[in-house]
Amino acid sequence: MHNAGSRDITFAEAVREGLDNAMERDSRVILIGEGVPDPKAIFNTTAGLRNKYGAQRVFDMPLAENGLTGVCIGAALSGMRPVMVHQRIDFALLAIDQLINNAAKWHYMFDGKASVPLVVRVIVGRGWGQGPQHSQSLQAMFSLVPGLKVVMPTTAYDAKGMLLSAIEDDNPVMFIEHRWLHQIKDNVPEESYRVPLDKAKILHEGNKVTVAAFSYMAVESLIAAKGLMAAMGIAVDVLDMRSVSQLDVASVIDSVRKTGRLIVADTAFRTGSIAGELIAKVVEQAMDLLTTKPVRVASPDHPTPTSHFMAEHYYPTPQTIADAVLDMLGADKNSDAYRKLCELLQRDGPHDTPNRSFKGPF
Amino acid sequence: MHHHALYRSMLRIRRIEEALADRYAEQEMRCPMHLCIGQEAIAVGVCAALSASDVMFSNHRAHGHYLAKGGSLNAMVAELYGRSTGCCGGRGGSMHLIDLDVGFMGATPIVAGTVPLAVGAAWAASLKKEKRVSVIFLGDGCFEEGVVHESMNFAALHKLPIVFVCENNEFSVYTHLSERQAKRPIYRIAEAHGLMTQVGNGNDVDEVLTLAKTAVQNAKHGKGPQFMEFSTYRWREHCGPDFDDHLGYRTTQEIEIGLKDCPIAKYEQRLKQSNSLSQADIDKYEVEIREEVIKSFEFALSSPKPTAMDAMERVYA
Repeated sequence: MHNAGSRDITFAEAVREGLDNAMERDSRVILIGEGVPDPKAIFNTTAGLRNKYGAQRVFDMPLAENGLTGVCIGAALSGMRPVMVHQRIDFALLAIDQLINNAAKWHYMFDGKASVPLVVRVIVGRGWGQGPQHSQSLQAMFSLVPGLKVVMPTTAYDAKGMLLSAIEDDNPVMFIEHRWLHQIKDNVPEESYRVPLDKAKILHEGNKVTVAAFSYMAVESLIAAKGLMAAMGIAVDVLDMRSVSQLDVASVIDSVRKTGRLIVADTAFRTGSIAGELIAKVVEQAMDLLTTKPVRVASPDHPTPTSHFMAEHYYPTPQTIADAVLDMLGADKNSDAYRKLCELLQRDGPHDTPNRSFKGPF
Repeated sequence: MHHHALYRSMLRIRRIEEALADRYAEQEMRCPMHLCIGQEAIAVGVCAALSASDVMFSNHRAHGHYLAKGGSLNAMVAELYGRSTGCCGGRGGSMHLIDLDVGFMGATPIVAGTVPLAVGAAWAASLKKEKRVSVIFLGDGCFEEGVVHESMNFAALHKLPIVFVCENNEFSVYTHLSERQAKRPIYRIAEAHGLMTQVGNGNDVDEVLTLAKTAVQNAKHGKGPQFMEFSTYRWREHCGPDFDDHLGYRTTQEIEIGLKDCPIAKYEQRLKQSNSLSQADIDKYEVEIREEVIKSFEFALSSPKPTAMDAMERVYA
């Protein structure tokens, strides 16, 4: 996903640029969230926007997630295009009533007479003891509600393009950013462009196994895929799913037609995860294409512990994904090639930071 | 607004709801229905203070608000019958009314659910520098919901052109206010949030109108959010067409006092005493309204029925 090109910027910078482009193009776009204009600027994703667009379009927010979601819905129904930000998806749980009962339903229950063009940016935390209430990955919960669109861009390129699409979409969109993606760079054009909200993207090509992955798990899956190829000559398809609520099942089935095998890697708890839903859909529509049972790679069904001693094996890693691929293929793990793979996939630095140089904030 | 118009508007809401109640037992209006009989003066008085461009949100007991703002009667009755010509095409029923042509932005039945939306509409008006107010009708029960306090804080913080209209009928379903809230006036909560407040008799349409005019003017002239608390009485059951006094959740004496305080009868008496309304006027209004109501039922019952296929449409815009 890191193309050689003229300009590489981080995911966080791409989000900021997407907001900037949208606000420049359309005066109806307003931005609000706890900390949006503060010195930390939501991990620098909103930096400078108040200076550029003023306090009449860029707002800090009372600590009132539900009320302010309702206020933004009311503004959206009255011709504005608000973008809300929550520094953690866990905080958006306080706004569930407004998101589910009003934002998701308004267009349907009023027979299409009005719609709610609202984007809610939420960030999934991880590492440095974020713990039970700062690192949940609740995309499946939001996507079980018809009327909400839920997306999880992985690359900086998609972050910008999908944010612009989300802001221009007439529906409420939950825009889920994984905190560990924020500092990853990608080639991002300066001008405005759109990336669809309902299409998966192929990150790596192969014919042995299909790995359909969400958000940060797509990054981990790509590392696993490159390692498998380099060490063992095993080629896997890696699909970055990008959309959660409108699963691109067709792209997954296209890949499975080639591989006959499916692994879904998710950032969430295993039970009730969107990984399970994707597998269910593939089985319903194309079970005859599968040569073996599909597998979910996800987090265990318990809250994220804070202590780094307890959290050490909580998250699936590239090694977990590679092992799932090899187990599925019945490959020999007692080999020099496998030992080389393990060496390649060995983490550089502590498990609870995205990389050795990352010093926070988390 | 002319006294006759106020009187007629209240009478119209009363007669429409009575007709709905009479036909509810036929079981063709197959949705929950919350009647506002006894509370008509607040809807009528407040709406009389508004301009066509002002917007409004409401709650589960919305018929009066919708009709007083000018919402289409045909579309409302058709909605209750689940027909395609209903204001929600049959997707909403009595608890989901909308008529954007007259600024009736929507009513929904999650208690306090539309309160922040009305604040958002006022916020948008303020950001766009549009000279309009947003009105929200909310019951006494809303003050137990956190979102109301969040909404008031934001409205006051940004000095938004919104008018909160509290209809205090003292009951949440069958539970009296005294079992739900500490003993203190509701309007003081709004005052604590920095809103300008007024308190009045919600069964006196002249008083409602007077207070509402002040509130709307204040809101339109940059004085920030306005709050009015009106006392009133819900005559019939919380949900459904009947009286439910046999349940014994309120005393016979209380009910008698409540019914005696009829906003329409009191207003009729006052206007007659001042010779500004005659029995002939009343008879004329009764006939006009009856005809309009009959036609609305005919419209609804002759309207097309949506199908199960229609149910799949319009999930996304």
